[in-house]
Amino acid sequence: MTDASTGLQAITASHLQISPLRRLREMVVRHTLLVAVLVSVMVSALILWSLLSEAWDFIVHVVWSDTWGQLGWFPRRGIYDIPTILIPTFIVTLIAMIVAGPLGLGAAIYLSEYAGSRVRSWIKPILEILAGIPSVVLGFFALTWIAPNLVARIGKNVFLIIGLAILAAYVVVAARIATTQLKKLKSRATDREFTVDTGMENTTWITLTASLVVLTAVLAMGVVWFIDVWVDFIPASAGSLAAAGIGVGILTIPLVASVSEDAMAAVPNSLREASAGLGAEKMTTATNVIVPAALSGIVAAFIVATSRAIGETMVVFLAGGAADASEFTISPFDGGLTMTAAMASLASGTDNVVGEGLTFQSLYFVGLVLFLITLGLNLVAARFVARLREAY
Amino acid sequence: MADSTELIIERERGSTIVSDISSSHDEAAFEVAEDVLLRAEKVNVYYGDFRAVKDVSLDVRQHEILALIGPSGCGKSTVLRCYNRMNDLIKDARVTGTISYRGVNLYDEEVDPVEVRRRIGMVFQKPNPFPKSIFDNVAYGPRVAGQKKGLSEIVEISLRKAALWDEVKDRLNSSALGLSGGQQQRLCIARAVAIDPDVLLMDEPCSALDPIATARIEELMQTIKKDYTILIVTHNMQQAARISDTTAFFTSDVETRNDTRTGILVEVGPTENIFSNPSDERTENYVTGRFG
Repeated sequence: MTDASTGLQAITASHLQISPLRRLREMVVRHTLLVAVLVSVMVSALILWSLLSEAWDFIVHVVWSDTWGQLGWFPRRGIYDIPTILIPTFIVTLIAMIVAGPLGLGAAIYLSEYAGSRVRSWIKPILEILAGIPSVVLGFFALTWIAPNLVARIGKNVFLIIGLAILAAYVVVAARIATTQLKKLKSRATDREFTVDTGMENTTWITLTASLVVLTAVLAMGVVWFIDVWVDFIPASAGSLAAAGIGVGILTIPLVASVSEDAMAAVPNSLREASAGLGAEKMTTATNVIVPAALSGIVAAFIVATSRAIGETMVVFLAGGAADASEFTISPFDGGLTMTAAMASLASGTDNVVGEGLTFQSLYFVGLVLFLITLGLNLVAARFVARLREAY
Repeated sequence: MADSTELIIERERGSTIVSDISSSHDEAAFEVAEDVLLRAEKVNVYYGDFRAVKDVSLDVRQHEILALIGPSGCGKSTVLRCYNRMNDLIKDARVTGTISYRGVNLYDEEVDPVEVRRRIGMVFQKPNPFPKSIFDNVAYGPRVAGQKKGLSEIVEISLRKAALWDEVKDRLNSSALGLSGGQQQRLCIARAVAIDPDVLLMDEPCSALDPIATARIEELMQTIKKDYTILIVTHNMQQAARISDTTAFFTSDVETRNDTRTGILVEVGPTENIFSNPSDERTENYVTGRFG
């Protein structure tokens, strides 16, 4: 069939129509996938709903004055002292980040800036193995090895020194970031009459150093006081918040390392060349160019790791050194209950959750608080990751 | 120095009279130049087993602009990056032969590439400012060299040299990434100039820029050449003809057996000669546009 006028083969609309069979197949595929999406969304919504409704019961019926300043967290006796589980959660998270932050970031810098492809090809799988260790194994390790060998044996003095050093380092870094931001703000305000004046730079530098020294000293005194007054030593082999914190820290190292390394690997090579071309050593390039350029990704790594540490359950449950109830403590060398451990220990066991009044509902309330904290952290992290994508 | 005469170019600096072209074609007439700053001898660059550049010997005199031209893949950028040991950053890259800078072999075991790069600066093909403020970009080099005082002066002088000061003096603390492409490249030149190098290596500095920005940078090179010795890789033959004193033409030697390409230096000479009366047929084909 040819069109006489053009010489082209003529076609009708039916030639270009979709075949009914294909249309049906497309439709089935499309709707199956839609169902998959809807199911997961609905399950999440239902979980949230049950969490909210049970937690609501607790919120409405609990005597709020009893949730603060009590002896401890004894849900089966109807004593819900929230600080008893909140503070250990923060202690464990802080210790975990003190362990995982420097180690993870150091590993990331090494992998991204120093390691040759051969070294990287066998170190990265090892890190991934670390990430794949079931947390129950790590919890057991924390209880049976970290607690007696590290926490009990090395003792509080060493922890005091290490803790102080790391705290000081954090303060220095934070202060540096703060002052550069401040300087930027200041110069933006006086953008027009920006004058190149080294004298001003020096005075700000002196104020910065002085305030840093004072801040570090205050922090140090605070930590000394804290350890002196609050820390009692624990018998060897018992679990403690410190042991649990170190265990959680080990668990989160690969997370910090891999997310930070991704961020640093995303920094274009041209910046490394530019820095090297100006006579910078490798370490200078890493600390002055690569880490600042990847900062939003690194911050995101820290936030995600923090959220992971807060939500970690098995390690703190096994190595935290408390059963389903705990007295109020703020010493990392005591046993204690984190929020997750409190939930797990209450919900586990052979009996149903029994106790006075709101025991069952308290579980959901703690879960809700946990959910809100990690949700908030993940949202913040997502914003940082988005900034990372914009950068280049 | 006197005994190595190969490929040493005798040139009358400052004089445009290279009228006696035939004599400069007589290699026998070459003499050793007094002011040779950089001398490459039998330089070979390997990436793994692959030889990228073969037996390049090239002299660079003080305060001249040397243009490296040639078709893509002829190894001219690779050669340029030998002068500040930038190839060290590439895994598996290996350089043989010697490059002497003021008589010192840059590839000597005791030579620290960091020190080399503080004397031999580099501007890259794509503008690559750090994601920092304009001020911090320019002050980066002096800072990593340990300088703490007088940075503001250095920044101002460098930005003035790069003809960027007037455009950015009111926003030295805003991000360098907010500048236009041409401004960013001038910033990179200012940044390279801030370490007060002896030699400036420029790897196609204008390839990402529009003609106006290009003109500004060419103008800039002419003004700063009294302080520096400049080596520039360019794809733009008009640019080489406009700005350089000496031109080196590279091409790639195709090994038909295994289809590998190795960069070689065909000839080097005063820019006027290379463009008006090259001694090698391959050069002539290239500069007249018949090839490449």
